[in-house]
Order: sequence, then C-alpha cells, then structure tokens
Amino acid sequence: MNLNFQFLGFENIENKTKPLEFNTIYDVIIIGGGPSALTAAVYCLRKGVKTALITKDFGGQVTETSIVENYMGYKYIEGISLAQKFKEQIQQFELGLKSNVIVDKIENQSIKKVFCSDGTVYRTKSIIISTGKRWRTLNVPGEREFLGKGVAYCAICDAPLFKDKDVVVVGGGNSAVEASIDLAKLAKKVTLVQNLEKLTSDKILIDKLNNFNNVDILFSHIVTKIDGKNTVERIDLLNLKDNKAFEIKADGIFIEIGLIPNSDAFENVVAMNQYKEIIVDCACKTSAEGIFAAGDVTSVPYKQIIIAAGEGAKAALSACEYVMSKKEE
Amino acid sequence: MALFDQKTKDQLKQLFSKMVKPIKIHFWTQEIECPSCLMNHQFLEEISSLSDKIKLFEHDFVKEKDLAQKYNIDKIPSILITDENESILGVRFFGIPAGYEINSFIAACLELAGAGEPIDSDVEKRIKNIEKKVHIQVFVTLTCPYCPSAVMAAHKLAIINPNIIADMIESSTFTPLAIKYNISSVPKTVINESMEFVGAQPLNTILESIEKL
Repeated sequence: MNLNFQFLGFENIENKTKPLEFNTIYDVIIIGGGPSALTAAVYCLRKGVKTALITKDFGGQVTETSIVENYMGYKYIEGISLAQKFKEQIQQFELGLKSNVIVDKIENQSIKKVFCSDGTVYRTKSIIISTGKRWRTLNVPGEREFLGKGVAYCAICDAPLFKDKDVVVVGGGNSAVEASIDLAKLAKKVTLVQNLEKLTSDKILIDKLNNFNNVDILFSHIVTKIDGKNTVERIDLLNLKDNKAFEIKADGIFIEIGLIPNSDAFENVVAMNQYKEIIVDCACKTSAEGIFAAGDVTSVPYKQIIIAAGEGAKAALSACEYVMSKKEE
Repeated sequence: MALFDQKTKDQLKQLFSKMVKPIKIHFWTQEIECPSCLMNHQFLEEISSLSDKIKLFEHDFVKEKDLAQKYNIDKIPSILITDENESILGVRFFGIPAGYEINSFIAACLELAGAGEPIDSDVEKRIKNIEKKVHIQVFVTLTCPYCPSAVMAAHKLAIINPNIIADMIESSTFTPLAIKYNISSVPKTVINESMEFVGAQPLNTILESIEKL
C-alpha cells in the first residue's frame, strides 16, 4: 500500500473573497477556476477593477495531474498542491467569488449578462472566458451505463481497484501511456487500444511501458461497445485494417483520448474554430467586443499550465484596458 | 520505522497548533493485529504524540465487544474522532488515512477541535433540519486526489448533525465491501444503501440528495 502522505496545503491565510452581488455592475467577470482564470483574477484585482469569478471548482485539470515538473519556480510539485497555491493566492483579495456553479450562457450587450446554473444572473462590463477543457468521451454504447462500474477516466485514482484484473486503456498519447504504466504495475493484463498505427506519446514514456510484459498494444483498433451485466465484462473491438470485429474480456476500461473545450455556453456569442475552441487574437480578444478568453478553451496552441497562466494574465490586462477606455468615453 | 519524517512531523505540529479544544480518538484493533491494523495503530500513536490536545484511546474489538457496539463499530481497523464530550459520534475512518487521505484526517481533527471551516448559515440550518438517520460511506483509494474533498463533505455533515454518520472506507483494506458496492471508481459515496454517486460532489449536492431520501 502506498502511504505517501500528500499534503494539500492548509496554510492559514485570511480569506477575503466575498459572495457575488446582484445589484453590482462588475468591471470584469471571469468564468472558470483553472490556472488562466485564477491568474486573470490576480491581475484584475491588482489593477483595482471590480472583479468577480464564477467557477465549478478550483484548479481545473491541474488537480487531475499527479506531478508537475515544468511550472517555473517548482522543480517538482503535486498538481493538487499547485492548484491549492493558486487558490490561496486569490483568497487574499476582495474578489467576488461564486463556486460550485456552471455558466449556462452569456449575453453580449454593452452591459453583459452571465447566467448561472442555479438561476442567478450577474452583470458586467467585460467577461474573461477561461473554462478550460474536459475529458473527451468515446461515445460508444455502454460508456455511460458503466461509468463508475468499470468505465474510468482517472488512472491514478482508480488503478488500485484493478489489482490482478484485466483492463483496457484507450488512447495513444501521454495520458493513455501513463495510465497503462500505472495499471501495468497492478493489473494482471493491460490492453492498450490505439486507433492509429503508432503511439503519439513521448518516447521516454513508451520506453517505460515497453519494460512491462503484461501489456498488449493493439494498433489500428477501435472500441465499439462496452458490455457486461452489473459491471464491465467485455469490450467489443474493431480492427480497422481488416474490418474484423471481436471481443475481449475486461474488468475495466480507462478512457484517455484527450480533451474537448468547455465552450458550449458561448456558442453564437464568440467565434470558434472547427474544434470548438474560442478564437482569440494575440491580446486574448474574441470576436465579441469586451469579451476575452484565455487558456485551454481558446485556439492558442500548446495546452500547458504555464501557457494558460500567461494567457490569463494577458486577458486580464486586455480586459482592464477595455474597461478603462470605456470609463474615459 | 517511523511513518512520519521530521519534516512531516513539523508540518503536522503546526497544523494541530490551530486546535482550540481537545479531541478524542478512539481506535479499534485486536490482540493479534492485522497488517493494516498495525500500521494504523502506529499512525495514530505518532499522530497523538504531536499534540497534547489529542487523546488516543485504544480498544480491542474482540474483548471490548460491548463498547464497540455502543460506538457502532462493526469492522477494524477503525478510527472514531470525537469532541471532548463525545457529543458527535459520526466522524469515522475505516482503514489508514494515509496518502491523500491525510488531508481529510487533519480536517476532521481541526473541525472537532473547534478550528473548522466556516459554513454558510442557510446550509447549516438545512443540515440541522435532517431528522432521519443517515449513513454515508465514502469509498476511497490513497492515491486519489479528489477523494479527500468527498470525505470532508460527508464528515462536515456528520459534525453538524448527530443523525448523520459518515465513514471513509479505504477500498483496498476492505475489499469485500468494495466488491459488495461494486467500487471501480473513487470517490464513490453510498448513502443509506439506497443512493450512490461517483466522483467528488459538492456538499450542496450531497445535502440535496439526503433531503430527498
């Protein structure tokens, strides 16, 4: 059993954030809670503009990353600890804060409206969208029915539950190969199913995976169905080369096929590319005046924590400049 | 060998220094201790040495059967954290709260020692209004970063309302239970055998589900 004590940080910092007000017109409302949103909040508050942040949770995908080794200032930090530090940094400001809700839609007028899932509506002069991305699903029969009954998306969380069992991992990038390595240490057998002819993961990870003798890799195969009685028992596969369908026995399936942007709420308000990422210019401006976007939800290439944070800073400065220019008018 | 190195000890001491009131930790094991009981025992001995506000009481599950029944303890290793007067008996850990779960363990200690997180007064009122008996079981693994928040939410409910009992259950220590409840993703929260959800839900969501019971 891995006892490694993982402290999430309990630093005694006074929390100055406060609930959102209905009768206030904010200068900036930030939507999201990941590195770009939280960085944007710090920049806005230091500029002294009236700022609110609305989010489902804190840290975004950083909390799902076991270890971060490329965020400057930390040679090595647990993703969850880094997220906690981000959160602590915003708590020192009088930020309007609403968590545990999602934004359903926004309306773009000169005073913009933000509609939350709990029925509340808030008004603001500008908006920064930093809603990030979420796990992509396979969209095959059985995936939803067996969620939590063998279908899993978090390998570090759920790998210990598959000791001596047969599991399938879907994908071929870094997260799929990392999941396969975590599982290979415990499971009886790991079958990695990749739709392409090769893995797209970093070489250093592929080398690590090749050290295990309980891992099978099926190239040019796709999953067509997840099946079982009460829990996952079988996975239907299709060989794309010869079009042959077959099934394999499995107690679980880890789906690690990348991410999709959380941009549904902003459709028809801001322009998006073919991947439904919000298109921004180099100053984080979207196609709509007074609406800015930053981080993984945007068309900016390379989704990295440090890039998201930097984009968040940029979006905040652009939004502040916009708000100031409106005041002068 | 000690479970905590000096750095961890210092960190824990600093955290426990926030405790306002003393707390009691009841630990159930047995004479011939299972490997996880032994580890759990050592964990608590080291923990209780770090603060004079933590009083550890060790019990034998077999020999002190009546006491176990009084406290509603049905399996070991188990930890019950309670206040000085033992007015709250619903904050429990089955299996060692190591790995990420050290966080829910610390949070439970601080909450019961009068140094907890404040809660919205409307939400508190709703929690206090729950009149039926509620048993929440949160299944975790020690490598799951989302699990502590699910455990903390359940424990918070148990601290506010004595009708609620909230258990952290370490899935690999209690394999038969994990099989019984089909645990293949954590955190998984089971309420009164009739309701379950996967993933760390905010306190409000859990509360709404309990209100609908």
